[in-house]
Amino acid sequence: MTGNESADGDATAPAGGGDTGPVTVFLVDDHALFRAGVRTELEQISERVDVVGEAGSVREAVTGIVRTRPQVVLLDVHMPDGGGAEVLRQLRPELPEVVFLALSVSDAAEDVIAVIRGGARGYVTKTISSDELVNAVLRVAEGDAVFSPRLAGFVLDAFADRPGAAPVSDPELDVLTVREREVLRLLARGYAYKEIASELFISVKTVETHVSSVLRKTQLSNRYELSRWASDRRLV
Amino acid sequence: MDLVQERAPAQDAERELSAAPAEVPERAGAEPRPTPDAHSAELTESGRAPKLYRSRSGRVIAGVSAGLAEHLGVRVLWVRIAFALLCVLSGAGLFAYGLLWMFVPQGARSDTEPDVSATERQQAFGVLALAVGLTVAGGMLSGVFSGWMAGPLALAVLGAVVVWREADESQRYRWRTGARAGVAGMVRGRGGWTATVRIVAGSLLVASGLGLVLLRGGSFDQMQFALLAVLATLVGVAVLTVPFWLRMVRDLGEERRARIRTQERAEIAAHLHDSVLQTLALIQKQAEAPREVAKLARGQERQLRRWLYGPSGYGSGGQAADPAESAEQYFAAALQAASAEVEDSFGVAVDQVVVGDTEQDGQTGALVMAAREAMMNAAKHAGVAEISVYAEVEPEQVAVFVRDRGNGFDPERVPEDRRGLIESIHGRMERHGGDSTVRAAPGAGTEVVLTMPRVVTTEGAS
Repeated sequence: MTGNESADGDATAPAGGGDTGPVTVFLVDDHALFRAGVRTELEQISERVDVVGEAGSVREAVTGIVRTRPQVVLLDVHMPDGGGAEVLRQLRPELPEVVFLALSVSDAAEDVIAVIRGGARGYVTKTISSDELVNAVLRVAEGDAVFSPRLAGFVLDAFADRPGAAPVSDPELDVLTVREREVLRLLARGYAYKEIASELFISVKTVETHVSSVLRKTQLSNRYELSRWASDRRLV
Repeated sequence: MDLVQERAPAQDAERELSAAPAEVPERAGAEPRPTPDAHSAELTESGRAPKLYRSRSGRVIAGVSAGLAEHLGVRVLWVRIAFALLCVLSGAGLFAYGLLWMFVPQGARSDTEPDVSATERQQAFGVLALAVGLTVAGGMLSGVFSGWMAGPLALAVLGAVVVWREADESQRYRWRTGARAGVAGMVRGRGGWTATVRIVAGSLLVASGLGLVLLRGGSFDQMQFALLAVLATLVGVAVLTVPFWLRMVRDLGEERRARIRTQERAEIAAHLHDSVLQTLALIQKQAEAPREVAKLARGQERQLRRWLYGPSGYGSGGQAADPAESAEQYFAAALQAASAEVEDSFGVAVDQVVVGDTEQDGQTGALVMAAREAMMNAAKHAGVAEISVYAEVEPEQVAVFVRDRGNGFDPERVPEDRRGLIESIHGRMERHGGDSTVRAAPGAGTEVVLTMPRVVTTEGAS
């Protein structure tokens, strides 16, 4: 996956750099060592990212984010007293303009789907390289969604039609279009947005639109399957 | 007017009795979030009424009303009046109160709440007098019990109240000190001689109440009287020892939970010791060989992940099945085993995403073998540290994509050694009715696409 996102990082570079200065980032993770590592990585690699604060617990995160008003919050999924989902629950109504990107080592479907449905704009694993992380941050700051191959696989699986599934109540939200499925499949295969675009003969912008639409469906669909699937299947 | 008011409390009482068990399935089950907005669903969940406990600081008799009031979010006075009004129905209010006293556990902590004020206490006793009056009046009017029985029964009830209250006190004492009372101390606690006096008095009240019923109601036939006396004694003992039995049952449950927790902790500790600590030790020894370290770390990560999130792993709560066995039976597990093998022998990371699963048969077995070859090929020649594998089980076919972002090659001018490998992958797939394609370009990596039709559908079609 090395160079996965960075391969099309150039495409996002002009917009991500923006004329508004660096993207402000807030780190939430209960491991101080990990926070320190990410902070150094982000600050060394790119001037386009500025870490404005960090927190090690849900309460610290809530007060810290309200105070510093970052553009992007890198959010750990697993923490004591509620984890990332709890931070999202407390802050989303108050600060709709802050973008959350889940960063986790967990990979359990239940956790991942929970933070996405809680309002996170994307999900990446902690093994992600620094370049890719910077690109993911810039991407969500622009309002795009970031799907790791694993998350794409989860969503494909959750929306799959399997025998015995409950009938779909809202076709607008509960079903993925053929195109969206194709995009997700390529994401799961480890393709970058630019590669997906050339593979499907569409523009990168269109790929981004499809991914955002899938994210919206994952967040809003009240498909029974989605929650049952996530709790049933904890397979990595 | 009475009728209207009676109905409301009756519903309240019903809701109360069902409140405690109703919470259990909601918490245990993974309840789907039907609301499109996950936030609002979360909010209502956390804003749910507090669990029903008997209040310890707000109590006048046993804290049932105060606890109920807190649970329902209404004023405690209304709850008390509701109980009193229910008493019109042959003392149903008293009966309901008694049942709640028995089955609702005492609240554990209440340091923050203020004690009952004197006026509130007076008010509560007023309501209590009203309740008793209504019970007697209602009972007499409906003829459920005649006048002579009311007195002795009231005596017995009063005795039971005194003893039960004492039992509540002794439990509080136990909480405070952490002391474990013996069987004798269960009811008496460490209240000293006043407690003993209260308990003896309560027991006497119960005994004399039952005795009076017996004397007035029983005939003086010797045999019958003896039987009735024995029965009355048994009833008396049962009533007086209710707190003891309840506590024993609760203690047993608590002990069981504690034991399970301890076992679980021991299991986790043992697992961490056997796997993670050992690997860390190995890593420290091999610090000079980064490749070896990466291999060890990756292998350990895989193992821990399977233990935490795997289908038979710790997190899923299932019995630990033999991973080798499930690898033989299921496609996803088999593919995972194959990529683990490649990771171990080449020191690369294989990032794997599998959508869907199926039982393993000859065809998917061949597919896994071909995928394994493709992975090994990538690990040997691509010159990268990571390989992505994506597999999808669809109704008609199973597809596996093995991709690397390495050197790639020109399919037109394939070196001899690579051709051999690709041929063998292709041949293996074709023999089992599948197909394979290789997409590659110099410098742009390689992707091997393997597809295999599923045996179920082909049989159905032919």
